[in-house]
Amino acid sequence: MSVTNPLTKNIEDGRDPLSFKEYQAAGGYQSLDKAMKMSPRDVMGQVKDAGLGGRGGAGFNTGLKWSFSPEPDGGPRYLVVNADEMEPGTFKDRLLMEKDPHLLIEGMITSSYALSATTAYIFLRGEYTLAEERLLKAIDEAYTAGMLGQNIQGTDFSLDLYLHTSAGRYICGEETALINALEGKRANPRFKPPFPQVSGLWGRPTLVNNVETICNIPGILTHGVEWFKNLGLGDECGTRISGVSGRVKNPGCWEMPVGTTFRTLLEDYAGGMQDGYELKAFLPGGGSTDFLLPEHLDLPMIPGDVAKAGSRLGTSLIMVLDDKTCPVGCVRNLIKFFAHESCGWCTPCRDGLPWVEHILNKMEEGTGEMKDIEILQEMCGYMGPGNTFCALAPGAAEPLQSSLKYFMDEYEEHVKHGCKYKSH
Amino acid sequence: MVSITIDGKNFEVDEDNNLLQECLSHAMDLPYFCWHPSMGSVGSCRQCAVIEYADDNDEKGRLVMACMTSPREGGRYSLKGARKFRAQAIESIMINHPHDCPVCEEGGECHLQDMTVMSGHAYRRYDGKKKTHNNQYLGPFINHEMNRCITCYRCVRYYKDYAGGTDFSVQASHDNTYFGRWQEGAYESEFSGNLVEVCPTGVFTDKPFAKNYVRKWDLQTSPSVCTGCGVGCNTNPGERYGTLRRIVNRFNDEVNGYFLCDKGRFGAGYVNSEQRIPVSMTRDSHEADPVQIEPDAAKQALKDAAKGAIGIASPRASMEANFALRELVGEDSFYAGISAKELGMLNSIIDIYQNRPVNIANIKDIENSDAVLILGEDITNTAARMALAVRQSVKNLGRQMGADLNFPNWHDAAIRTLAMDRKSPLYILSPHATRLDDVAKSVHISSAAQSARIGLAIAHAIDNSAPAVKGLSKEEQSLVDEIAGTLKGAKQALIISGTSSMEPALLEAAANVATALNDGDSKANLALAVPESNSLGLALMMQGNEKALEQAMSSGSKKAIVLENDLYRRAASADVDTFIDGLEQLAVLDSLKNRTGEQANLVLAAATFAESSGTFVNYEGRAQHYYSTFKAVDSIRSSVSWLSDKSLNELNAECAAALPHCAELTHLTPGEGYNFAGLKAPRQPHRYSGRTAMRANINVHEPKQEQDENGVMVYSMEGVPAIKDASVFNSPWAPGWNSNQSVFKFQEFAGGPLKQGNQGKRLLENNVKDKPWYEPEIAGDSDNGFKVFPIYHLFGSEELSAFTPAIQEKATSAYIALNPADAEKLGLHSTDGVQVEHNGAVPFILRNSIAAGTVGVAVGLSGLNFRNIPGSIALDKAEDWQSPDNWKAANIIVSDRSAESGKGSAS
Repeated sequence: MSVTNPLTKNIEDGRDPLSFKEYQAAGGYQSLDKAMKMSPRDVMGQVKDAGLGGRGGAGFNTGLKWSFSPEPDGGPRYLVVNADEMEPGTFKDRLLMEKDPHLLIEGMITSSYALSATTAYIFLRGEYTLAEERLLKAIDEAYTAGMLGQNIQGTDFSLDLYLHTSAGRYICGEETALINALEGKRANPRFKPPFPQVSGLWGRPTLVNNVETICNIPGILTHGVEWFKNLGLGDECGTRISGVSGRVKNPGCWEMPVGTTFRTLLEDYAGGMQDGYELKAFLPGGGSTDFLLPEHLDLPMIPGDVAKAGSRLGTSLIMVLDDKTCPVGCVRNLIKFFAHESCGWCTPCRDGLPWVEHILNKMEEGTGEMKDIEILQEMCGYMGPGNTFCALAPGAAEPLQSSLKYFMDEYEEHVKHGCKYKSH
Repeated sequence: MVSITIDGKNFEVDEDNNLLQECLSHAMDLPYFCWHPSMGSVGSCRQCAVIEYADDNDEKGRLVMACMTSPREGGRYSLKGARKFRAQAIESIMINHPHDCPVCEEGGECHLQDMTVMSGHAYRRYDGKKKTHNNQYLGPFINHEMNRCITCYRCVRYYKDYAGGTDFSVQASHDNTYFGRWQEGAYESEFSGNLVEVCPTGVFTDKPFAKNYVRKWDLQTSPSVCTGCGVGCNTNPGERYGTLRRIVNRFNDEVNGYFLCDKGRFGAGYVNSEQRIPVSMTRDSHEADPVQIEPDAAKQALKDAAKGAIGIASPRASMEANFALRELVGEDSFYAGISAKELGMLNSIIDIYQNRPVNIANIKDIENSDAVLILGEDITNTAARMALAVRQSVKNLGRQMGADLNFPNWHDAAIRTLAMDRKSPLYILSPHATRLDDVAKSVHISSAAQSARIGLAIAHAIDNSAPAVKGLSKEEQSLVDEIAGTLKGAKQALIISGTSSMEPALLEAAANVATALNDGDSKANLALAVPESNSLGLALMMQGNEKALEQAMSSGSKKAIVLENDLYRRAASADVDTFIDGLEQLAVLDSLKNRTGEQANLVLAAATFAESSGTFVNYEGRAQHYYSTFKAVDSIRSSVSWLSDKSLNELNAECAAALPHCAELTHLTPGEGYNFAGLKAPRQPHRYSGRTAMRANINVHEPKQEQDENGVMVYSMEGVPAIKDASVFNSPWAPGWNSNQSVFKFQEFAGGPLKQGNQGKRLLENNVKDKPWYEPEIAGDSDNGFKVFPIYHLFGSEELSAFTPAIQEKATSAYIALNPADAEKLGLHSTDGVQVEHNGAVPFILRNSIAAGTVGVAVGLSGLNFRNIPGSIALDKAEDWQSPDNWKAANIIVSDRSAESGKGSAS
C-alpha cells in the first residue's frame, strides 16, 4: 500500500517523536540511498519533475530554484532550512519539527547531496524550544548513526548539520535577511541579484528552503516522482499541511492533498464555525494575505486559483474572522505586528506601517476621521509590490487593502460611531 | 553610451552610471537620499523612484529606483509617473522629523529641505506623536540630534563601510532605528567629520561651528587648500564678522573627492586663536619689552633688517611668500628652514618623481589600485586622506567580482553581497600597528631600516636586475616573495612611503619596487607622503641650493629673518638657543605666538591661509592656489605683502620664471584680467545678508570694498560665480539645491570630475624609459639603548592645528610607547613616568605589537623635543613622577593597546 500522508505518517497525538531506529524501521532514511545512486543533478531533476512548490508561502518550484545554483567549485556550499516560522496564524513547521524531526533531517541530508552542500543549517524560531530540544536529539542520533559527518554511510559524501536558534524577527523569514542574521549581522534583507544560490551565506552558494518543503524530499526520492504527482488532486502534486485558527470547532493543522478546497478544510477538518458564530472572512495563508469571503470557500488551495480571487495562498493556514470580531481591530493587530517587525531599512515599510497603525488605533478609539480612510487607501498603494525593498510591507498591506475593499462600511461606521465590537 | 527616453525626451546616457546619476546629470530634479557618489547605491530610501516601461507597448510600467537601475539601450522611463510615490515617500519620512528648521544648524543647506520642496509634499497629514530619541555626546567635533534622523543609512554606510570606523552603528529597528555609538564618547575615526556633509539633514552637525553659528548664506567663502599636511585637500572655509567659522570639503576629483580628515575640517580654528599675533611688535634688545609698531613702520623695519640678513624659509608658507623672502635676502642668504635630512629626503622624492618610471599617484589613483604596499609610513596620521583612499582600494576585488557578473561599480548592495570580507591585498611594513591593519592582508612589524631592506628585496624579487639584499630571515624572505608575487600579478599596484620615519633608504626602496614593476607598458603607482602643506614646494625652491637649517644656524650671520617657522620644532632646542643668542637682529613673520617669535626683535603679524592667498605644492608635486577667505584687520598682513612691494601675481610670475619645474605656477588662477560678463567671482553668496547693516554698530557708513590680492575674486556678493575655472570653484549652489549635494551641477556627470577640470597643475612628471636603481647604504640598527621610531598623531603633531581648541581636546601631551616586556624590565607600573635621555620625563603607554627593544616617541606633541630619529636612547623610570595635566591616554586610539596601560595615568 503506498503512502498517502508522507509528511505526517509518523505523527501520532500524544506520542513522542520516533527515535532514529524507530524512524528507520518505519521506512526512514531510504531516500539517501536512492539519491546516491544518481548524480546530484539527476536528483535535482527529480525534484523539479515532481512539481514540488515551495511551502514557505511563495510556492516557487523547488527543483527549479535549486537548479539556479552554479556548478560546485570545491568550495563550501550551504543548505539553510528556514524554520523561522513567524507568519501570523502559521504553525505547520512546528508540528513537523516537534513530532517528526528525523523527517526534516533526512530531507536535509538528501537535499544537501543534490545540492552538493557541505554544511546545512536549521534556522529555528527562538520560541520553538521543544522543537529545538527534539531536533538536537535527532541530530545527535543521526551523527551517531553515521548519517551525518564525514563520509556518510561510507561514501564520499560528507555533511555537517547545525541548529541555529534565532533571536526572533519576522523578517528572518525572508531568506537574505535570514542569511544576514545567521552571519551575525543585522537581519536586513539583501538586494537580489545576486541571489543566495550564487552568493549567499558568507558569499558562497546557498539554498534556503522551508521546513515543509524539505520534508517532502524523502518521499519524492523514496517513492518516486509519479507517486508524488498522484498524491495531489487533479493536476496538483503532493500533499501539504493546511490548518485553521479562529473560532472554529476544531482548530489545528492537517496533511491533505494539494488541491483540497477551503471548504473541506474548514468544514470537514476543522468542524466548521463554533456555535453562535458565522464566518465573515478569512485570511487564506497567514497575516500577510488578502481576506477572502465565504463565497470563496469552494476554491481549491492552489496558488493560481487563490491569486485569481485576489489573494495569495501563502502558507495555507487560514485565519478565520467571525462576525463578532471587529475586522478593523483584526487588521490593526496585524499591522501593529508588521510595523514592529519592519527591519527599518526602506522608507515605505519603516515609516508607512506605523502611520497606518496610528490611524487604525484612532479608528478603534473612536477618533478616526473620514480623511484617515483616504490615507489608508493611499498607503496600500504606497506600500505595494515593487515599491519596497522586500515583500514585508506589500504583504502587510494585503489584509489592509482587502479589508478596505470588503468592509468599507465598517470603517465608515468606526469613524461615525466608534467600534461597535467593544463588548466582545 | 545608450539612447533612452525620459518622459518623451531623448537622451544619450552613459550605461556605466545609474539612472539617477544620469537624470541629475541631465538637469532633471530627481530627489534622493541614500545614494552617494562615493558610496554607491543600496536602494533604501526609495526616494528616487521612476517608472520603467518594459517596451513601447507597455503603458503601465513598473516602479523602479533610479539609483538601482542601469539605463538600457532604447529604455523608456518616466519621472512624472512616479511623482505621487515620491511625495508619499517624503511625507512618510517626515512624519517624525521635527519642525525645528529655524534653530537647526543644517537649515539653509539641508538636503532634506531641498528634497521635500522638490518632491511636492507641503502639508502635514500625520497627526500622531513624533518619535523621539536620546542624543549622545560624540566628542568635540560633532553634535548629535537623532530626532532629525530620516533613516537614510548614509552615516553608518560612510562611517563603518567607507571609513572603517568601528565605534558607530545602526541599532534597534523599525521606526525606532537609531544611529549612534554603543555608549556616549568621542568618535574614534579620524574621518568622522564627513558625517556633517554625508548626513542629508541635521543629525550630525559641526560642533565648533554651531557654537559660533551663522547660516550658510551669510558665510563669505573662498576656494582654499588645507594646511594640515602634505596632501593638499581642497577646502572651502567660511567667515563672518572677521572670524573663521568652519571648513567644508571642496570637491576635487583627484585630491580629496568628497571627503576631508578631521584635522582638515576641524583643525583650522587656530585662525581665531587667542595665540594669534594681532599686531607687529618691536624691541631694541632681547630683554626689553616689545612695543607695538604701526604696519607701515613695521614693513620699513623689516626692509632695514633685511640688509645683510639670512632668510629662513618655511614648508608651511606659500611659494610666493618663500620666494619673496628669497628676493628680499638674496638667493645666497636663503635657507630652507628644515633639517638637512628632511630636505635631502624631499629632494630624493623630487628625484624619484622626475627620474624613475613611475606614476605619481593622486588620491583617485590610490583608490583605483588593486594591490598596495605601504613601507614604513603611518599615513592615517601623516597624510590621512591617503589612508581613506587606501581603505577604498581594498574594495577593488569586490568591484572586480561584481564586474565579472555584470554588476556596475555603483552597485554597492550587490558588490557587498558578493565580496563579503574578501579584499584586494594590502601589505603594511611598520614599526607599530596602524589603523589600516584591519584591512591589511598582512602586517609586518619592522624598523624603518629593516623595512627599507625588505622593500629593496621585493624590488629584486620582481626584477632581478634590481640590487639584491643579503641577510634577510627566512620569514622575511617568504614575505618578500609573497609581496613581490602579489604586486606583480596586480593590474595596478601602488607603493606608498614617506618622510616621517626619517629613513631616506625607505623612499629609495619604494622607488625601486615601483621601478621594478614597470614592464614597459604600465607604470606602478607611487605616493610618497611629505610632512607639511608646502614641503615639496620648498624643496623645489631649494633645487641646486642645499642650504638647510643647520647651514643657516652655522652661517655666522648676525641677522636673520624667519618666515612662518618655529625653529624649535626643527632642531634641538640647545642648538636653536645658541643660534638665536648669537644674533643681533631676529625678525619673525608668523601668525601664532611661538618660542622663536618670543625671542625676536621684530615680529610681523602675518596672515593665515584664511586671510591671504598663495600657492602650495602637495605630495604629488601638484601646485594649488588658495584664495584668501576674508581680509584680516589692517595690522595683520600676508607674509608676501610684508616681504615685498610686488603684487602676489608678480611674485608668482617671477617665481615661475626663476625656479626649475615651476613654469606652471602662473597657470593656477585665471589671472588678473579674469572676468565673466565684466564681473569678478564673488566670495559672498547672492543671499548674503546685512551687507549695509552688519557694521552699523561701529560705523553707519558702508566701508569701501576690500581689494583682492590677485584680482580674480572680490570680497562682495556682486559678481558671477566661477563656472570656467576650477581654481575659483567656490561654495556650490544651484537653484533648488542649497546643500553641498549641488556640486553635481558642476560635474561632468553626477559624481564625476568638475566640468572645469581639476584644480592644480602637476609640476613634476617623468618620461623615463629605462629602469635606474637606487642602492642605498642602510646603517645597521644600533645595539645601545632603545631603538627609536616616531609616532605621529593626526591631532596634535601638526603645528598650526594644535592651536585649535577642538583639536586640543583630542590631543595629548608627549608620551612614549613601549612593549609590555620592556616596561616590565624597566620596573614600570601604569602610573609611572619614564625618564628619557637628554630630555624630560614623560608618561608611557603599552603597545603589544611593537618589537621588544624599540620605543615609539610621540613627535610634535608638547613635552618632548627629540631629534635623534632614527637612533637610540636610554630610558629609566622617572623619579618623583607627576602626570602632565593634559595627559589623556584615552585619546590615543590604537588597536594594539595593552589592557593594563590605560589604567592609572588615564584617570
